[in-house]
Amino acid sequence: MQTAISVQNLTKIYSSGEAAVLAIDGVNLNVNSGEVVLLMGPSGSGKTTLLSIMGCILRPTSGSVRICNREVTGLSEKELPKVRLDHIGFVFQAFNLFPTLTAGENVELALDLKGISSKESRRLATGLIEQVGLKDKYNVFPSNLSGGQKQRVAIARALAGNPDIILADEPTAALDSHSGLSVMKMLHNLAHKGGRAVVIVSHDNRTLEFADRIVNIEDGKILKEHIPSIARMRKGTLPKRTEIANTIVG
Amino acid sequence: MASLARRNLFHDKVRFAVTLTGIVFSVVLTSIQLGLFIGFTTATSNIIDNSRADLWVTSKELTHIENGLPFSERKLYQVLATPGVESAQKQIIQFGSWKRSNGAVESITLVGFNLDGVMGGPWNIISGSIQNLKTADAIIIDELYRDKLGVTHLGQTVEIGGYRARVVGFTRNIRTFTTAPPVFSSFKNAQNYGGLREDQTVYILVKARAGVDIKELKKELISRLRDVDVYTTAEFSRKQKFYWMFGTGAGFTVLIAALLGFLVGVVVVAQTLYAATVDHIREYGTLKAMGASNGYLYRVIIKQATISGLIGYAVGMAISLIPIYISQRGTTAIILPWQMGFGLLVLTLLMCIGASLVSINKVTQIDPAMVFKG
Ligand SMILES: Nc1ncnc2c1ncn2[C@@H]1O[C@H](COP(=O)(O)OP(=O)(O)O)[C@@H](O)[C@H]1O
Ligand SMILES: [Mg+2]
Repeated sequence: MQTAISVQNLTKIYSSGEAAVLAIDGVNLNVNSGEVVLLMGPSGSGKTTLLSIMGCILRPTSGSVRICNREVTGLSEKELPKVRLDHIGFVFQAFNLFPTLTAGENVELALDLKGISSKESRRLATGLIEQVGLKDKYNVFPSNLSGGQKQRVAIARALAGNPDIILADEPTAALDSHSGLSVMKMLHNLAHKGGRAVVIVSHDNRTLEFADRIVNIEDGKILKEHIPSIARMRKGTLPKRTEIANTIVG
Repeated sequence: MASLARRNLFHDKVRFAVTLTGIVFSVVLTSIQLGLFIGFTTATSNIIDNSRADLWVTSKELTHIENGLPFSERKLYQVLATPGVESAQKQIIQFGSWKRSNGAVESITLVGFNLDGVMGGPWNIISGSIQNLKTADAIIIDELYRDKLGVTHLGQTVEIGGYRARVVGFTRNIRTFTTAPPVFSSFKNAQNYGGLREDQTVYILVKARAGVDIKELKKELISRLRDVDVYTTAEFSRKQKFYWMFGTGAGFTVLIAALLGFLVGVVVVAQTLYAATVDHIREYGTLKAMGASNGYLYRVIIKQATISGLIGYAVGMAISLIPIYISQRGTTAIILPWQMGFGLLVLTLLMCIGASLVSINKVTQIDPAMVFKG
């Protein structure tokens, strides 16, 4: 199994004037390809900070971050966006779709960013929108989509350019349980069928069953790490896996 | 690929309308003022530029063509005796006063020239001819000023400087910058109208022989003549333009109006583009998080500025063409050569892109970590 993300001795101090907050305090964590890691913990415990550092959006105060075996802590402001572009797809709690673009065009834009020609972008985006079960919503603007549909468009967008890593910050928090379930199934499949490393920040207990590993964070430290029983079961008996998530559409 | 720039720009229609209004206002004001400036400048030196003379002999230290002082016509013979001179003739250009048939007095620009010469006469004659000026008291005026001068028909008689004058022809589009319309007549008539003595002239127009260096001839004339100045036609034209445009502040006024129009455009565009950028700040943050370089975001903003500029320019120019077109039939022409129209397009685009720099600065400062904030 390949290590997609590796962070070591990570600390992050936010300092604004006099006050300084130790948001991450000596974290070591590896995330493998094909694995879903759930970051859990109370509000303010440092989950988003950790996710942002793993996503090369935020620089750690100290420690090391390796993305697909490449040390990224020393990279310049110009090189970091390229790492995100090449390796990482993001899914946000608030979807962050572009309201003036249709569902399909949102995905096309992500492909355009990667320098893919517009004709090819359209072809790939059509495939991705289909993959998340929104074939007939390609030309619909986000304002006319339900929360669950928006998040599925966001997942299609995160998949544009086929990243090795998907990072999701509370992807189900704004969704009803049914949509939340289908989004989690999708993210699960991206790891298990697509071989991607998937890290999800959540404090929604319904997401637990989709995790291969649960990492509990408090006060910027990893409190405990465990493999949920259902994941142990999946490892032992393959048929259970298809039971949980048999299609990406869910 | 649907353009994010275009979509975002057209999305907020009210703001886009404000942006366009700013640009259109700026383009219209700038083009009209620049057009007026060129129209005025052209009018100031019209008579010099169309004189067909190579050199002008004038009284000393004159500031503009309308205030030349008379000097003795003996200088004409000295000029004619100078090697390299093909021909030379006396010329009068000075203010005069015209009495309308109802008694009202108008200021005019007397242009008296040698009817048998080759320089200094009217052009664009649309009725009558220079030959008609040979009849007694004959004058030719420009049709643009018929109303101002109270002329209703050919053959009408009026009074200039206490002498009788009869309109025998009309020219078209010979404008003066001063409000004094041009009145063409024989040199002799103009002497009377202007109250000059019989042996006086105000200018001497000189034509050089083919192949003679005009600058050299000018030097030669200066060395031979006393108490006069000699200008090439180009120099005299420049001097005249400069006097009226900048000596009197008339030019500054129009140029400042043009500049103001331009600045208003910059401010409106900068302001609305900035507001649009702030409105879409989360999208720009998301793009950054997704891995977009600053350059990619700049292109989105510059594209918005460019689209606004192009549309604003097109609409503004379409509006400007109306007064420009109408002015061609009036005493004040707005002249906008295509080069200047093109220059204004470049300027408009620069203005819009320059105005977008504020927004560019804003997106440079976006911290992509904002995307995880609620
Ligand atoms: N930009 C920031 N500046 C200062 N403090 C911050 C900033 N972002 C987060 N923090 C602080 O860091 C700690 C961890 O925050 P965060 O990673 O957002 O936690 P979580 O996602 O688990 O709720 C909190 O105490 C928060 O107040
Ligand atoms: Mg958080």
